Amino acid sequence: MSAVIELTGITKRFPGVIANDNVNLVVERGEIHAICGENGAGKSTLMKILYGMQQADEGTMKVDGEVVAFNSPTDAIDAGIGMVHQHFMLADQLTVLENVVLGAEPVRAGGAINFKEAKAHLSAVGADYGLTIDPDDMVETLEVGERQRVEIIKVLYRGAQILILDEPTAVLVPQEVEALFENMRELKAGGATILFIDHKLDEVLEISDSITILRQGKTVASMKNDGVTASDLAELMVGSELPSPETAESTVTDHVALSLRDVTVVDDDDRSVVENINLTIHKGEILGIAGVEGNGQAELVDAIIGTASVSKGVVELLGTDITSMSVRKRRESGIAYVPEDRHREGLMLEAPLWENAALGHQTQKPYGSRWFMNRAGTRAQTELIREQFDVRTPNVDVSAHALSGGNQQKLIIGRELTSAPSLLLAAHPTRGIDVGAQAAVWEQIRNARKAGLATLLISADLDELIGLSDTIVVMLRGRMVARLSPSEVTPRDLGAYMTGAATQDTSSPDTSSPDTSSPDTAGR
Amino acid sequence: MRKILLAAAAPVGAFILTLIISSITLWAFGSNPFSAYGDMLGHAAKLETQVDILNRATPLYLSAVAAAIGFRMNLFNIGVEGQYLFAYLIAAQVGSMFALPQLLHIPLIMITAMAVGGAYAGIAGVLKVTRGVNEVISTIMLNAIAISGVIAWLQQSWQSDQDQFTSTTLGTDPIDDSGLFPDINGLLEIFTRDIAQGKQLTGLLLVAVAVGLGYHFLLTRMRFGFDLRASGLNPFAARAGGIPPKRMVVAAMFLSGAIAGLIGMVELADTAKFPPDPIKGLGFAGIAVALLGRNNPFAMVLSALLFAFLDVSAGILQNTQAATKEIVNIMQGIVLLAAVIAYGVSKRVQEREEARFTAEALAEIDPIGADS
Repeated sequence: MSAVIELTGITKRFPGVIANDNVNLVVERGEIHAICGENGAGKSTLMKILYGMQQADEGTMKVDGEVVAFNSPTDAIDAGIGMVHQHFMLADQLTVLENVVLGAEPVRAGGAINFKEAKAHLSAVGADYGLTIDPDDMVETLEVGERQRVEIIKVLYRGAQILILDEPTAVLVPQEVEALFENMRELKAGGATILFIDHKLDEVLEISDSITILRQGKTVASMKNDGVTASDLAELMVGSELPSPETAESTVTDHVALSLRDVTVVDDDDRSVVENINLTIHKGEILGIAGVEGNGQAELVDAIIGTASVSKGVVELLGTDITSMSVRKRRESGIAYVPEDRHREGLMLEAPLWENAALGHQTQKPYGSRWFMNRAGTRAQTELIREQFDVRTPNVDVSAHALSGGNQQKLIIGRELTSAPSLLLAAHPTRGIDVGAQAAVWEQIRNARKAGLATLLISADLDELIGLSDTIVVMLRGRMVARLSPSEVTPRDLGAYMTGAATQDTSSPDTSSPDTSSPDTAGR
Repeated sequence: MRKILLAAAAPVGAFILTLIISSITLWAFGSNPFSAYGDMLGHAAKLETQVDILNRATPLYLSAVAAAIGFRMNLFNIGVEGQYLFAYLIAAQVGSMFALPQLLHIPLIMITAMAVGGAYAGIAGVLKVTRGVNEVISTIMLNAIAISGVIAWLQQSWQSDQDQFTSTTLGTDPIDDSGLFPDINGLLEIFTRDIAQGKQLTGLLLVAVAVGLGYHFLLTRMRFGFDLRASGLNPFAARAGGIPPKRMVVAAMFLSGAIAGLIGMVELADTAKFPPDPIKGLGFAGIAVALLGRNNPFAMVLSALLFAFLDVSAGILQNTQAATKEIVNIMQGIVLLAAVIAYGVSKRVQEREEARFTAEALAEIDPIGADS
């Protein structure tokens, strides 16, 4: 076998972040190669570089042994590389055939599309790779898995020999995943090379021939799928050389801050993304939620802050039912929120820091009131945050985009913790920030815990979860599948629960038991 | 210092670019650019022309503020045109139905106009949040419904003299003098000589000033203004920050339409009725003024004055035959394009400068920790 893709020393910098740091990747012809890593590890950036959507700052790319430089996806397609994006790009109102030929239409003299030729070509491609689909179906009538197949065929139709699949299983239900894997095996038999991004480790182990793992922009391992276990991969993905954030003695009290009873959240297609969750967080307790990204953690947080609606169940804050309260009311009743994507949900990048500090608290002192903003109070408070939370900035008038990620995050943590909250929702609070800022964030969360704050912590960094949490629950496919004590669990164990490799005999996982506060720990 | 220079670079650059392209255009049409500019400026130096410019700038500014309120939230209210004409008609009709003391009559008419404008724009807001209809589409359609439909019909049924359709009797019943906003010639004459040629400086100028100050106060001092700007800057962060997105859309559209309702009041103070051929196009011109003034309450004053100056110059150029009056429209287009380009460039430069400044400032304070 020969290397069909060889990336050497790929480096890509964005302002304040190194997305890819000297990454190497070798893909053999005709194999299924998985790229694993946490979100923010640089997988997508690497694939975008390979597909010509972004250009590397340093490094060389070889396809079929020849050095190439792609300026756009067109160049990549010409070199036989095709990409299937996580979010489908199909026109609902057109047929499968029309979607497939869109942008690559065979044209008759005079400008009419030669559908006959297109159909012949499409069925030839389908036969070559063992993919079946009716070319005359309307796309809007197709299931998600079938749409994905259309996307794959679209890429093959353009002559791609190398396919990049960006988290192809993220949108699929288990049966569809099986079908996809079947298709992938057919594609491989047909001679295609497949690169796919995934972080569900059981799936990676099932389908891939080789695995490359990225962490914080670097290649940490590249191996054949031969005798590797999910726990090995989890450990490589998460790493464990970081100083672990040990929490001191327990500060958990008897006062219930947040309680969720049978909470279910459904997505736009009416699928349950969060199912029958029962949780209680006490004052002074940090409850960590472990889970592979996309297993309902984000939606659970949305349901508690109020940006997603709860389709069934009750959310109570300090004994008050807040299930149908507006986001603002919830904020005012003391829910602090550190969003998982600070640029999307946390900041107004073009606005000065002092205005950013007010966001989410603009109706409360010292930022403002029902009607008016208090500019002087807001600025003074921002100065306070800057000092207490060590936000490194020349002044509070610079725009948020001028700060580094770590300082942006410290500003957000600061504005949330200084608002005297009773509950903190922290989603990946240290994602994408450097070690120094990370330690500072941990310290602030620990201090707040000591002062009696209840915290719901979501993190992909398992050491962070184990180190900070008083209790850890694991979510898989929208359900709570395990409840563990951090003192008795290792990242390896957690990884097993997260990927479904291990299961816990929870006494009553589905039935409602409002008070599950006594952790039925099962450290194995 | 550098910051101020950078901020000034964009408008100055746009102005120079406009002068160059306009001069070439004028020259290509066979006119002498310098004599055309000379005529325009010469006339603008006269008090009477200045009154004309202010009278034109007043509704343009109101229209610009109406558009800017939407723009601040990334709402594109194209319907200012329909909103102000509709409000103008209803306010004129309501005003003609009552005989009241001035202190009640004028507010009644203005509040009616604002309510009608706001409600009409609010339809687009409600459609957006309940049915997901893009406000650009709905406001364009509402324009058509208002202008060619409802107004045309009501104009006929409220026709003051149903038997005689002559140009002098057409339009709604005239409003009593008590309902007409007085001119403010007296105010201007404190500073200068008497205004000749029977020109009247519209009293709505004071209203426009108040609206501008109110808009500034709203954006910088009021919580609603903060919510409005936050929704425009980052709708997702705004939502997570407790700002209800749907309510904001409806409220912003209503407010935008309410200010739009005031535009027609400038002409109403003069005609005392909804005339058969009311002034049109101010709604669209306001969008251009708001773009040029970057939705800033003070910059929009300058851009409204510039557009008004160019509009008024059209007549002057025609009189002196220095150039065709259409050159004015070309200049308005060029200045807008030049400004959009210059602002785009300067925004990038400013962002880069700010990042550099921040990095440098931090490096001086704390050479090691600058990166964290």
